[in-house]
Amino acid sequence: MAASSRGNLGAALAVFALLGFACCAALFIAPDEATMHAIQRIFYFHVPSAWTAFVAFLITFIANIAYLVTRKPKWDWLGVSSAEVGLAFCTVVLVTGPIWAKPVWGIWWTWDARLTSTFVLWLLYVSYLLLRTLLADPERRPVFSAIFGIFAYLDVPLVYFSIRLWRTQHPQPVILGGSGSGINAVMLRVLLLCWAALTALMILLLRERYRLERMRHETDELRFEIEGRAADREMAGKGRG
Amino acid sequence: MTTSRAAAIILAKELRAEFRTRELLNTTIVFALMVVVLFSFSFDPTSAESRRYGPGLLWIAFLFAGSLMLHPSFAREQANDTLNALRMAPVDPFAILLGKTLANFCFLLFAELLLLPIFSVLYNVSFVGVLGRLLLVLVLGTLGIVITGTVFSAVAAQARMRELLLPLLLLPVLTPLLIAAVEATIGLLGDPPELTRSWLAVLIGFDVVFLTASWLLCDHLLEE
Repeated sequence: MAASSRGNLGAALAVFALLGFACCAALFIAPDEATMHAIQRIFYFHVPSAWTAFVAFLITFIANIAYLVTRKPKWDWLGVSSAEVGLAFCTVVLVTGPIWAKPVWGIWWTWDARLTSTFVLWLLYVSYLLLRTLLADPERRPVFSAIFGIFAYLDVPLVYFSIRLWRTQHPQPVILGGSGSGINAVMLRVLLLCWAALTALMILLLRERYRLERMRHETDELRFEIEGRAADREMAGKGRG
Repeated sequence: MTTSRAAAIILAKELRAEFRTRELLNTTIVFALMVVVLFSFSFDPTSAESRRYGPGLLWIAFLFAGSLMLHPSFAREQANDTLNALRMAPVDPFAILLGKTLANFCFLLFAELLLLPIFSVLYNVSFVGVLGRLLLVLVLGTLGIVITGTVFSAVAAQARMRELLLPLLLLPVLTPLLIAAVEATIGLLGDPPELTRSWLAVLIGFDVVFLTASWLLCDHLLEE
């Protein structure tokens, strides 16, 4: 127990050291962007957060399928943990986006294809987590939430495709013409470093959240058992009386 | 018994149960009508604006009506625990889901077809020349709503706050369908009217993806 918690602490420290280094790299090592200057540096956390969220949702989707196939509770725990962590990263994307957009585009939000799709993605996984809290039956909860999780993930490509199609048919309200294909080599390296740091953070959070879910499951089972025994004792007492 | 025969029997049972009371259809139609009327108060559109925003309004009304109407589909079975009886029948579980989906399709499409001429008169938007193509969009869009909605109705029936939960589950998933259906309908009202292939493809893709998913997952959905 002590060894494993020391191990966790070590892993956490390593992740935070990596995050700190990535932060420094994004702030000091990456070259200044020609037109946007300092505000562009939010990009090093905005974009990797989006990638990390997608990875987390992919893990949820795989865990949902694995649960329905194997019916092992560990897949259910992984599914909900990953969805929660993914949602946190997705929230970071939705918050850092407008912070960047206000000085650069002059507005906080626009119904652009990517922004809108990310928002819908966020809503889908909010619904998924909400559904879990409202399903009381401990046997049905993992099955039904896995079914909804699979539907939600299948919806993602349809959402992206339809919103892209929808937006390209309309004039763009904000001009940021053909986005920077071709990125400075140092910038790219810093970006990948930040992604590695955020992915490490995601795995750390996922592990902790998974442990929490497992403990919750164990306490539920213990409580159920205690209640069962109490009921038995009561019945026995009545029988004697 | 084959799946299609079993689904037809379930469909007949659902239709019979509904036409005895007509509760579901009446409330759905009145609800959708109210949405259409309230639109006029909140936006006061001109005829040109109606043509531009009317399709969006119509599909929002259909989506909301569907997300309310689909809830009793499985919740109704709980009062007398009849879902267990259905499950015990020696038929493919998909037949139960398919029968209910088809019944919901009939109800929602019926409500839509009643609403369409009323909308057309109130907002001075004519559908006469494009009726056939519009019907195709309506059928594909409605199929998408009821395929996902019937599955989610079975999920929500087991949860707390289920009346509120169903729209919450259904509406974000229906985003691509809403966009495609609205854009296709706007195209039909344009001059000259045209039915955009890509939007039809999105609608068909949506229906196929989720029908396949519900076929694959219905054993889990209706187990026990």
